[in-house]
Order: sequence, then C-alpha cells, then structure tokens
Amino acid sequence: MTSNATSHLMRMFEEQHSLEDYQGGVPRWCTGCGDNAILTAVQRLCRDEDLRPEKTVFVSGIGCSSRFPHYMKTYGFHGVHGRALPIAQGIKLARPDLHVFVNTGDGDCCSIGAAHWIHAIRYNMNMTLMLHDNNIYGLTKKQASPTSPIGTKSNTTPRGSYLDAMNPLTVTLGVQNASFVAQAVDWIPDMLYDIISAAFHHKGFSFVRIIQRCPEFMPKAFDPWLNDPQRSLLLTHDDGVRPSPAIAKLYRNQEQHDPADIDRAREIASDAETIPVGILYRNPSIPCYEDIRLAGARRGPGMMRAGLEAEFDKFTIWPDGQQPAA
Amino acid sequence: MNATAAAAVPHRAAVDIQQHIVEIVSDSGEGAQRCGQSLGSIAARMGNGVWTTEIIPAEIQPPARSIAGASGNRIRLGSTSVTNGGDETDLVVAFNEQVLLGRVREGELKPGCVILLESMWREHRDAGIRAAYAETYERLVNDGFRVIEIPMERECLKIVSDARKGKNMWALGMLCCIYSLDVALGCEQVAVALKKKSAKVIEANQKLLQAGFAWAEENLDFKYRIPAIKATEPQVVVNGNTALALGVLASGMEICAMYPITPATSVSHYLSDVFERVGGLVHQAEDEIAAAAFTIGASYAGKCAVTVTSGPGYSLKQEAIGLAVMAEIPMVVINVQRGGPSTGQPTKVEQGDLLTVIYGSHGDAPKVVIAPSGIEDCFYSVITARKIAETFNMVVVVLSDSSLATAQTQFPRPQFDEEWQAPPVDQSPVPAGAKPYDWDEFTGLFQRMVPGQPGGMHTITGLAHDRNSRVAYDPATNEEGLRHRSLKLAALQQTLTTPAVFGGPEGDLLLVGWGSTRGAIEEAVTRLQAEGRSVSSLHLTFLQPMPSGIGEILRRFKHVVTIENNWSDRLSDDIINHDNRRYSALAWMLRGRYLVNVDCWSESRGRPIKPVDICNEVRTRLEKMRGTRA
Ligand SMILES: Cc1ncc(C[n+]2csc(CCOP(=O)(O)OP(=O)(O)O)c2C)c(N)n1
Ligand code: SF4
Ligand SMILES: [Mg+2]
Repeated sequence: MTSNATSHLMRMFEEQHSLEDYQGGVPRWCTGCGDNAILTAVQRLCRDEDLRPEKTVFVSGIGCSSRFPHYMKTYGFHGVHGRALPIAQGIKLARPDLHVFVNTGDGDCCSIGAAHWIHAIRYNMNMTLMLHDNNIYGLTKKQASPTSPIGTKSNTTPRGSYLDAMNPLTVTLGVQNASFVAQAVDWIPDMLYDIISAAFHHKGFSFVRIIQRCPEFMPKAFDPWLNDPQRSLLLTHDDGVRPSPAIAKLYRNQEQHDPADIDRAREIASDAETIPVGILYRNPSIPCYEDIRLAGARRGPGMMRAGLEAEFDKFTIWPDGQQPAA
Repeated sequence: MNATAAAAVPHRAAVDIQQHIVEIVSDSGEGAQRCGQSLGSIAARMGNGVWTTEIIPAEIQPPARSIAGASGNRIRLGSTSVTNGGDETDLVVAFNEQVLLGRVREGELKPGCVILLESMWREHRDAGIRAAYAETYERLVNDGFRVIEIPMERECLKIVSDARKGKNMWALGMLCCIYSLDVALGCEQVAVALKKKSAKVIEANQKLLQAGFAWAEENLDFKYRIPAIKATEPQVVVNGNTALALGVLASGMEICAMYPITPATSVSHYLSDVFERVGGLVHQAEDEIAAAAFTIGASYAGKCAVTVTSGPGYSLKQEAIGLAVMAEIPMVVINVQRGGPSTGQPTKVEQGDLLTVIYGSHGDAPKVVIAPSGIEDCFYSVITARKIAETFNMVVVVLSDSSLATAQTQFPRPQFDEEWQAPPVDQSPVPAGAKPYDWDEFTGLFQRMVPGQPGGMHTITGLAHDRNSRVAYDPATNEEGLRHRSLKLAALQQTLTTPAVFGGPEGDLLLVGWGSTRGAIEEAVTRLQAEGRSVSSLHLTFLQPMPSGIGEILRRFKHVVTIENNWSDRLSDDIINHDNRRYSALAWMLRGRYLVNVDCWSESRGRPIKPVDICNEVRTRLEKMRGTRA
C-alpha cells in the first residue's frame, strides 16, 4: 500500500480534470435562469485551471443563487442569508491553501450582508466573489432588492419600489482597498468566462458583479440591453479582457480602459444607462489580510507549550526557593 | 495571643483574624486599582488566600469627586484559600469622601467599619468642597463608622511633588502595615507593578510605600495579622478573563474571532497581545455575526475556533450558532454574561443567559453548555470545550460572567499536557463510499470530512439534509437529522460524572447553584452547618447536558432551592402566584427535568451574591419550615 502522502503527490501531478469532475447535483434553477450560465463558466474555469476539487470551496449565503455550491463537485458551504463572506474569510484564514469562491445574490450581498461586503473589500482576502445580481429576491418570490430599479413592481412594492437602485460597482469602488472590480452579463458567456478567470487570477478580493436574468420574476428587466447591444460598453485592454472578434462585431460600443485607472473606472460605473462589461479596476499591490495576519510563525511543535509556560511565568507566585533562574 | 509576639511590636499587638475585606476607592486615574491589586499580590505571596474584585465606574472618565465615579479594588484576604468576594467590607481607604459615599449607598460597607479617609478636603480652598467633606464626615461618624482622617496628600508631598502620582503606593504601604505584610515584599511588588517605568520612578514609589508603612506604624492604634500558610506548589494569580484567554492558548485553538464588548473584551485584549507568539491570532470582525461566521468558517476548514462575547453579542450570533449546530461544525463560544436584557448593565454581573444559550437559536438546536464555577475553572473549561466541540462536532458554550471576569485569585499553576493540543487537520483521502454525515445509530457521532481531503467533496448546508449532506425535506430524513444531533448530547451525558454534594448527602435543604456563585454558596453552607443546620449544596458545571444522578440527589432533601444571580418573580408581589411565577433559569430546568418542586432564590442587583445574604435567606426558610411543621 502506498502511503497517503505519496498517493497525494501522484494525484497532484497526474490528475487532469474534466468538466464532469466538477458537476455536482442537477441544477434546480428555472429554465433560462442566468445562474446556469454562471455555473457553466465556473465549471469551465475549474477544469481549465485544473483546480483540485478537494482544495476548492464554494461558499454561499441563501437565495436561488446561493444554491450554487450544491451543483459543484468540490467542497461547498451553503450558509445562512448574508453571511457567506465572513464564513469564507474564516476558511481562508484557517486554510490559505484552499481556493475560495463566494456566490451571493443582490439581497444576500447588498442588503442583509452589506456590512460584510464593505468589510470584505477592506480585508482584501484572496478569493473571488460572484454577485448574481438579478435585481430581485428570487427565492422568496419577488420582493424588491436594493438593486431593483426605482418603480419595480414586486410583492412588497405592488405600486412600484420607492428608492433609486443601489449601484454595487460604485459602492465597491468607493471602499478602501478595493483591488478588483469587474462586471459581466450572463448573456455573453465567453466574456463571463474571461472575466471570472481574470478575477480568479487576481490575488486579492475579486468582486465580479454578474447581471443575471431571472425570467421567472424579472422577465423584462434587461430587455433594453439585450435588444440594443450598443447599450453595453465593452471594456477592453491588453491588461484586461479582450472580446473575441465575433463578440466585438456585435457589441461595437467599446472602450480601451486601463484597469489601473480608478477615476475612469468610477465614471464608467456611474453611468446608469450603459452596462459596462469587463474589468473596471485592478490593483495587484494591495496586501491581503491573510498575508498580513499570517506573516508571523505558524504553529510548530513545542510552540504552544513554550508560549504557555512563558505566560504562566508572568502570573506565578513561586514557593520559596522554587523560582527558576531567569 | 502569644505574649512574646505582642511584646515584639512596640505600639500595639497585631490582632489575629481569619479574614478581612478591604477596599481602596478613588477617582479613576488615581491608582486605587493598582494599589488594590498589589496588595492582593503581596498577600498572596505571603501565603494568604486572596480574592480581588474591581470597582469600576460605568463611565470612562467620570467627573472627579462624584458618587458614581468610585474606581478601585476590593480585596478579600483570608488565612486559607478564598473562593468569593465575601460579605461587606471591613476596612476602606478612600481618596475622597464622594467616592466613598457611592460605596456606602450601595450597601457595600459593614456597619461600623473602619474608614481611612484622605483629610486634605477639610482645608480645600473651595468652600463647597470643604462643606461637602465636613458634612459627609459628620454623617458617617453619626452613622457609626469609625472614620479616621489621614493626611495622605500632605505626607506624600514630603516625598514627591505630585501626590496624585504615588498616593496609591503610600496607601499600599499603610495597608501593608495594617495587615502586617512584609514591607520588603511590598517594595518588590512595586517594582513588578511598575516594571515598565524607569528606575527613578520605581524608587520614588518604594519610598512612598515605606513612608506609608512608617506613618501607619506611628499613628494607627490597630493592626491585624491574617495567619498564612505558604503554598508548596507554584500558584498563578489571574482574573477570570485572563484565565479564559490562557485556556484558549492551552486549548490548541489557533483562531479567535470577536467584536469588542464589555465585559468580555479583556479576554481578547490579552489574547491579542500573546496569541501570535504561539502561532494563533485574534480577528476583530466587523460585528458579532461576522465573528461567529468567521469562527464557523475556520472550524469548518479544520481549525476549531472560538468566538468571545457577552449578552448583546451572543444574541447576534444566534443564527450562526444554529448553522453550526445544523451543519455539525465544532465551535467554541465564550459568553461572559453581563446584566440584560438589551444593553442592560455592561459592567455588572448577572446570570441571565442560561436559558438563552441552552435553548437559543430557533428550532431544536442542541448545544453543550459549561459554566465555570471559579477562576481556575475558567482556564480548564476552554480546554474541555474545544475537546468536546471536536469530538462531538458540536457548539460548546462556555458561560462565564462579569464577576469572574475581573475577580482575581490564585490557583495551582497548570501543568502542560500534550493532550491539550489540537490534532493536525486531517487531509487523508476519504474511503470510497463514506458519507459526510455517517451518523452512528447509537451516539449520533460521525467523522467529519474537511476541505483538502480527497474524495470527501460535499456541500454542507443549514438546510435539512440527509447523510450525504443532500438537502432533504422528507419527514423521515428530517427526523433522522434531529435525532442524531440530539443523541450526541446524550452520548456526552453518559461520560459525565455526578457532581458531589457539598455537605451531608441528605437533609432539610439543598441549595443548587451554577457558575460563579459556587464560592459564596459553599461558604454559606459551611457557616449554616456550623450553626447546626441541615443544609447542603450542589453545584452544576455542565448545564447541558446535565450529568446523571442529579434527580436522586434532589429527592434526598426536603426542600430544594436554587441560588441564582438573575430574575425570578417574587411571591410577595400581589399578583404573583404559583401559576404565573417566572422562576430562575436553573430552577425551571430542574423542575422540568426532575419533577421535583424546586424553588429559587435570586438576586439581580448587579453584584455577586454574598454568603451572608444566602445565610439569612436560608435561616428564614428553615424557620418557616419548622413553623409549618409544628
Ligand atoms: C435571516 C434571514 N432572513 C430572511 C431570509 C429569507 N430569504 C431567503 S433568500 C432571500 C433573498 C434572496 O435574494 P437574493 O439574495 O437576491 O438571491 P436570489 O434568490 O435572487 O438569487 C431572503 C429574504 C432568510 N433565509 N434568512
Ligand atoms: S426565480 Fe429567478 S433567480 Fe430563481 S431560479 Fe428562477 S429564474 Fe433563477
Ligand atoms: Mg437576487
């Protein structure tokens, strides 16, 4: 029998994964749901990067989108509503060797989990977040979300929602330590793949907002953009993503945008009329929280005992003659 | 008293006493805390039992000379080990009369006790202050206190130019004299307490201490000696929160996620200082929900982690705790209770969270709850908690409270045990066909699969799930999960030993307590037994699950009363009767489980329960019992 360690090494070098290796249960999303496109892109990514399934964790909150981990044949953590990020952070800090992904919805991330979202940007831990933004609460059957456009008729806003929609891109770009901000749409799968891939390769907290169609509850929400490709703005750059010639031909509204340019990124993000697709901002020089916190020595043999005895020494009253020499 | 020993003291003989409670109170920033702690340390080094408690004003910078601003320390000195703060104070040193008034109003001073009062206010240039001082002085004297005015400021100014910095050490010297403590040990302690200061500062403070000692020797007409037995084994002197933090260090855990909250914060302050030296870290999260979720993430990934909080924070963590219960992820939660509900009394003690931690989080969420009954217990509880959490894949709550948090006493220095260390994260391949929740039919236990283990890939979920961790809502699967999660408590329960009865195994009255009240209850029982009364006590450390044999113990007594520091309705209120009375937490549980008519006596005064109050209550009850029987 070979030892565990040896068999591990063999697996590491020999194993090549196919798409099926990452396919978990059969997705139970509605037909036409944009989540399916995200799942396909992510499974492709895992295969292309040959991520070891046992070293990969998908963490989610609660919502249609948060069912995502169940459909991956990796480790998965389907948590509670809004708290995927702190769970993912605990995982990453305990185990920096794991690839950590977070799948979250617009309610999960931008409403109940908003505090964690803001702070996750600041922590800048190395993980990829996919915000499945369908502008609505899907799982609970159609209530307005923070990203629902003003006037959205839903079960809690039957005469139309009252407030202007929140813009997750400008919010993210406004927080200290933002290091990767991108946007994709479920209906351009190749670019969706490229953007998630770029996010995965970025070291830091990669925030990818994915405009995701919910045919069940928001069937027409993105029609203006679907019907008029020129209302999308493809962000291209040698340092960013480059659309294929076929896509470039269809989506002719393009801009050479340097992901290092945060001012322009904020301008682009602020335009509510167009949907930018591509990488808005990337700054690889921002340190990751786990690197800062784990910079010291990791626990080694004997360390706990030595440290503990040293602490006890601080508080000890020694009987006469028993105090050890300093 | 021994005649030769008395002759050796020129002015007066030291009176031998078994125990004494002394307080030092001042405005905050005048060093009464340090004076008190140092006194405790010196006495401990001489072999006395000590129990020190902090007197903390509610505000950070209360106005000077204010009744609510009393800051300081209360030290109970004993001939043998001291397990609680005791009754009222026997002797108090006060730097001004207003902070003293605060203590008088709270009923903390023994009638007629000795008050050593800074006298500078009598000649203060502010007429209002002079008048307030004179008036208070008169009143205290009329109330029967033995007030001795002491020119502390004047004496200190002979040595230093700013008496605010040093009066505490002068007072310490005075107290060393009063309690016949070794002045050389006192000087050593000053050096320890001020080790971050320059040699010059230390020297000045030692001079002050000696001067205080000499002044007392010259001018006071009383002196005590509390016979001490020096320990033969090394002892550590820490407060409950430091003990909890040391417990975290010793438990093998590497990650503590927290959000600041009184009175739990000092656990993480100390941990933040030292944890990294042993390869651990404290993560200050953005809120308690994040702290709990972070802890769960780390534990899930193979490193059992701990989160530290108090009431309001615990409430926020409850949903996440339910997730850990449902997904069966080990997790240690330390709850240092404070007065509630809501923001309640942040710095004050209350045992108000017992039912919340046992039954809290919606649905059936079985968790383990351990309540340390003393400072030493705080240390070992955390080690036990991590072990149980990992063995049973459960949430373990360590329920301390603010009276243990800041109380300091000595206990034998723990001997390092290799068993304390956490096992390495299991990264071995999972055998083919193994299921993520392969619940044992008998115990509900299973072997967790941790990320990194080849072949173990699955998605854990807070939704109802089957053995494969697949979401399942069918009735049978739902009950299967509930059953196995519940069985684990029973499996743990089987390993617990029945707690010992303190006192006779049967009798008229059994007092039952849990958590921090142990010392006070057992001291009360000792006194009552000395009066010939048939009283015993039982103290519970495991509250969930409860060990076997408790019902049998309860039934051996004619009456059973829990003693708790929390709210229970008083039958003396007109509309309260046996149908609507809300009992104290433990009483509810004992009544429900053992079908014994358990009564309760509780206080929610924001301070530790005193043995004297328990004694009085018990005497009244026993008299009543005798009356009804006659
Ligand atoms: C604490 C809590 N509050 C509310 C819910 C109910 N809930 C579940 S999912 C959800 C909203 C989901 O919307 P979103 O995050 O946008 O995900 P989607 O279903 O649209 O993918 C809500 C309110 C819950 N599960 N937990
Ligand atoms: S309700 Fe909407 S978001 Fe949910 S699965 Fe159906 S289409 Fe997708
Ligand atoms: Mg949504």
